[in-house]
Amino acid sequence: MIFKVFGKKELPRLFDVIAVNRVVGPVQKGTDKNGSPLHTFGEVRDFAELSLDYKTTILSAKRFVLPFHETLCTFRVTENGWEKDVDFNVRGPTVFFGLHACDINAFNRLDKVLMESVYPTPYYASKRKNMFIIGTNCEPQPYCFCRSMGTDTALHGFDLFLTDIGDRYFAEVQSATAYNFLLQIKTADPKEKDHQRYMDVVAEKNKKFTAHVDNTDLTKILDMEFQSQAWKEWGDKCLSCGTCANVCPTCYCYGVEETVDMNATGARKIKSLHSCNLIDFAEVAGGHNFRPERHSRLKYRYYHKHRGFVEAFEESLCVGCGRCGEACLADITVPEVIASVRGEGH
Amino acid sequence: MTQERTYLGVPLHKPKVAFFELSSCEGCQLQIVNNEATLLDFLSLVEIVNFREAMTERSNDYEIAFVEGSVTRADEITRLTEIRRNAAVLVALGSCACFGGVNQLKNRFHDIAWVKKEVYGKHPVETEAEAKPLEAFVRVDLKIFGCPIKKEEVEKIVTNVALGRPVQHPKFPVCMECKANENICLFDLGEPCLGPVTRAGCDSWCPNSRMGCWGCRGPADDANVEQLRNIAKKHGISAEAMLDRLECFGGFASHVDEIRGKAKAKKTASAAKGGVNPPSSPLGKGRRR
Repeated sequence: MIFKVFGKKELPRLFDVIAVNRVVGPVQKGTDKNGSPLHTFGEVRDFAELSLDYKTTILSAKRFVLPFHETLCTFRVTENGWEKDVDFNVRGPTVFFGLHACDINAFNRLDKVLMESVYPTPYYASKRKNMFIIGTNCEPQPYCFCRSMGTDTALHGFDLFLTDIGDRYFAEVQSATAYNFLLQIKTADPKEKDHQRYMDVVAEKNKKFTAHVDNTDLTKILDMEFQSQAWKEWGDKCLSCGTCANVCPTCYCYGVEETVDMNATGARKIKSLHSCNLIDFAEVAGGHNFRPERHSRLKYRYYHKHRGFVEAFEESLCVGCGRCGEACLADITVPEVIASVRGEGH
Repeated sequence: MTQERTYLGVPLHKPKVAFFELSSCEGCQLQIVNNEATLLDFLSLVEIVNFREAMTERSNDYEIAFVEGSVTRADEITRLTEIRRNAAVLVALGSCACFGGVNQLKNRFHDIAWVKKEVYGKHPVETEAEAKPLEAFVRVDLKIFGCPIKKEEVEKIVTNVALGRPVQHPKFPVCMECKANENICLFDLGEPCLGPVTRAGCDSWCPNSRMGCWGCRGPADDANVEQLRNIAKKHGISAEAMLDRLECFGGFASHVDEIRGKAKAKKTASAAKGGVNPPSSPLGKGRRR
């Protein structure tokens, strides 16, 4: 790994060098009723629009690779039959400026299913392969449990990772592209004291985590506690609104709908993200619903994230960003649900 | 416009459709003619033979009848029965036709004479004690929800009907669409919202403009109304404010009856224990429940 340091005034210059491309980063969306800022990821044209000190975003960066609605293909009826037009909906490279480690890890986990499995998804891969990621360090929030999920640092999946070490940034360089961009601003090789300050910042961050999930033997415990009363209790609270899946950086389940244009000369196939908590998620042809009850749908959300995915890929699909618990009106949070299923508290 | 449509080489049957209104603002029908950009395509799919808002010609020879409005007068029952007799397919268009809509708010009041005087003053009109949805009198084949209806959704439904494809409403609540539209949750803004329990399909029309949902499309499948009321309470939103919303369009009538029933039972119990009665209703005289 190549490390560099550069002064804070160099960051806007780096932005300008990179901003010939489409840039996506944290921007303020508005404020809540208490006046606290709410952030989201949006397209940025000026460095000043970026809110790099954001805590977390209300929605993840997922929509840039897995849009909520995506037209997979269109059909045109012609005189002699019909034609199909497939478009992966990539309009050029995208730079992500300021992703936290959890969101970088979320992309890495999505890769395992959508790019590295038996059936890669070209709609995902084409966008994923066309991005440049600049990570930034973060401040643990009360709802963050990434440290429990091993996602508080990103080991790969970025081009450049910046850690604020006071008067300068400590930069991890992981791609030739990133190295070449850095050649266009003023950087220096880190000295011993920079290494020390980097380690101090990381140690300081580690002390600030308050939410934890005990993952010990969790896949087995989930099997043992399949009939636990805890599921029923959480299920009674659940609104089945799908918000947890929509804000989640790794939920990728979807449905496909075919619609005919009103002029009857064209049709389209549209993919829309769905959620396992929605009433019709496990409804099949003929109308049978395998999960008509809220608690069984909620339970399977946890089984997918914390059991099925772990057995298939050796790690959880949950990256501990805490967005689902923050967004859930019913206050259903991952640390509390897992603790209750493990028989702790609740 | 008059050119025959085909789909995959097969000529499309162009159904004769008619639009009617009972007690309503005719706003849903206005939605149909509103979208000029797609109006010609719409007209190429169906042959409109009756549409008071858009044409002078009248005919009783139609296959699909779109009926807007609720039933509030005796003569409307006769009209509706006749429409049902003429039409192969009867579509309830909008919240009034589906649930009674805003009109059914009057069902809350005991004293219909007082309601008439309050609303119409010296010019009382003939009106029944309750506003009811079409379903209370005739069989309804298809419902199109919303106050007003969403034109894009109607276009999709009509296209499917014309092509003989199944028509399906989303079973999930508005939250799904609201999140996809990247809105800030109304509860984070301190506003009440029925989005978590209301059937989607409107593309979160109101929350997109930072207005909390009033439930005009009625409950989603498996709507957890009880839990939403608990949540609202936690957010400092009064039970009455939530009930106002749940009652507004009539889609949640069975939920409201249950809640009002419970509230009544509780009140009787607390009165028996010498409890204090809640402050008088802001709706004043004539309140039914």
